[in-house]
Amino acid sequence: MQIEDFLENSARRWSGKTALVAGGRRLTYGELDVQCNRLAQALAAEGVGRGDRVVIYLDNTVEAVVAIFAALKAEAVFVVINPTTKADKLLYLVNNCGAAAMITHTSKLEAARESLREPSLKAVFVDGAVEAWRPSAVKPARPLGEILQDERPVGPLPKRGIDIDLAALIYTSGSTGRSKGVMLTHLNIVSAANSITTYLENKPDDIILNVLPLSFDYGLYQVLMAFKIGGTVVLERSFTYPAVSLQRIAQEKVTGFPIVPTIAAILLQMDLSKWDLSSLRYITNTAAALPSDHIAKLRRLFPRVRLYSMYGLTECKRVSYLPPEQIHLRPGSVGRGMPNTEVSIVDAQGDPVGPGVVGELVVRGSNVMKGYWRRPEETAKVLKPGRFPGETVLYSGDLFRADEEGYLYFVGRKDDIIKTRGEKVSPKEVEEILYSLPGVIEAAVVGTPDPVLGSSIKAILVTQKGVRLTEKDVLRHCASRMEDFMVPKSVEFRDQLPKTSNGKIAKQQLVENLQLTSPRRKSGPSSPITDRVPASAGMTAQEIDAQPER
Amino acid sequence: MRANVRKFIVDNFSFGREDVQFSDEESLLEKGLIDSTGVLELVTFLETKYKIHVEDDELIPDNLDSVTKMIRFVNRKSVQEASVAD
Repeated sequence: MQIEDFLENSARRWSGKTALVAGGRRLTYGELDVQCNRLAQALAAEGVGRGDRVVIYLDNTVEAVVAIFAALKAEAVFVVINPTTKADKLLYLVNNCGAAAMITHTSKLEAARESLREPSLKAVFVDGAVEAWRPSAVKPARPLGEILQDERPVGPLPKRGIDIDLAALIYTSGSTGRSKGVMLTHLNIVSAANSITTYLENKPDDIILNVLPLSFDYGLYQVLMAFKIGGTVVLERSFTYPAVSLQRIAQEKVTGFPIVPTIAAILLQMDLSKWDLSSLRYITNTAAALPSDHIAKLRRLFPRVRLYSMYGLTECKRVSYLPPEQIHLRPGSVGRGMPNTEVSIVDAQGDPVGPGVVGELVVRGSNVMKGYWRRPEETAKVLKPGRFPGETVLYSGDLFRADEEGYLYFVGRKDDIIKTRGEKVSPKEVEEILYSLPGVIEAAVVGTPDPVLGSSIKAILVTQKGVRLTEKDVLRHCASRMEDFMVPKSVEFRDQLPKTSNGKIAKQQLVENLQLTSPRRKSGPSSPITDRVPASAGMTAQEIDAQPER
Repeated sequence: MRANVRKFIVDNFSFGREDVQFSDEESLLEKGLIDSTGVLELVTFLETKYKIHVEDDELIPDNLDSVTKMIRFVNRKSVQEASVAD
């Protein structure tokens, strides 16, 4: 089975049913399928075909969804890029995946300009006015709106793909700095979608609200799974205005609401009685563990809603879920392996450990990726031989322990990757950008606990003598070069950084010292909304000193 | 008020980036200047600076998504809350 079959099967069965609600528009399965066919034909006409990478650089819109399925129908590989990606990173991504096409919005010209000169690009499709784009690209930009609204009848392209074909690259942060493209086949994605929709007990009458970016696998799968089950996905650009998302739940009678801990933290600060949220059947959480205190409060707020604590990583999408009946018994657990997935916890030699012992989580299943795009060495570090001859299994890099009944508890990362707002951030990637700021001679990026963000990114810098940098200078430099979620929340200047015996910056020591000197933080924002906690709250005196601009 | 609100946005969201210019009418969301934690920071700023109380169901783009909308919202709230206090 191919991923595009999710859409095509539902279009055959429920042509007139609402598939997608986004940006004030409603599309039925029939309408959506036709639009995807149009764009697939246009891609094919530009020479984009089997295995070619199609970069989708759009906000959460109808066009983004159409682009994903059009790429699949053209037998290409879709690569959804975070819409807040800046020019340098976009150029790296387009170049790294050797994109054959880009589908984007006219507002993104500035960030995209450099990338448009990449020789691999055969075609650029632009939502909105294209005139300004024309001199920038190797190939002329084509107007997406005109293609999608073309009235002429159109059919699907011939189908030749099989399920081991590559379907998507999802870029994720790695400890080595630059993002890696996780290679996922149709089989990988279809398998994960099967398992997840099985344990969520999804039905065609489910209406799923997605406020997460489609560049994030958790957001992407909401669309894929909704189409698989013949449900409806309500796509929001973000959770920026919580009242809007809550209103949408009431209006559209949403049944499924996937969240990350940051959203939970915001919801728990609000008086939710103003909205009718009685249609909700389930809430899922993943990307980072929900604090037990938040789980208890969510259960009180939504007594009839099934609350799923889950765990996964982009390299295999999802690993485990905790059945909602178990959540009051083991609130700290992310459950057991999901259907058709096996997990084990192993020591440094790769041997399984017993209950209560911390080790690395290893995943076995048809949802496990093929590897990192053009990174055989890094692939070999995580895909290793399993217990049966000839197979490979995924080493997650996450440390876990299991209880006597096999329920999993997340302990920490093996590397120094920071999880903030549910997104993975590589300290090295941020540090490299900090080092490119004139005057910075040493940079260390660490995560500090934050009640809303999970971890808040902190940059600690040593500057050249005589150079006067302010926090604002540093943040401006970062904000114009990295995705929004990667931008540090605080900057501290020091005369020197602690070093290990071989001269490296002693990150662990920095983190431990920060934890000792940080003021006591609230365990969770439980206060009424009058007591909102801005993400930058809870700063040390030093941090405040380093913030002359505030 | 306009200058104060703009300064808050520049200091906290655009960090004075020259490549991000925004008019009083432009959407902060469309410009990529604000996210959900940013909205909370913005509301805390408006509440503290202008002595108003923002209700949860007022966290909508119509009230907060541009400088002009914010000014209009704060003015309306100030009048409302003053009349309640009377």
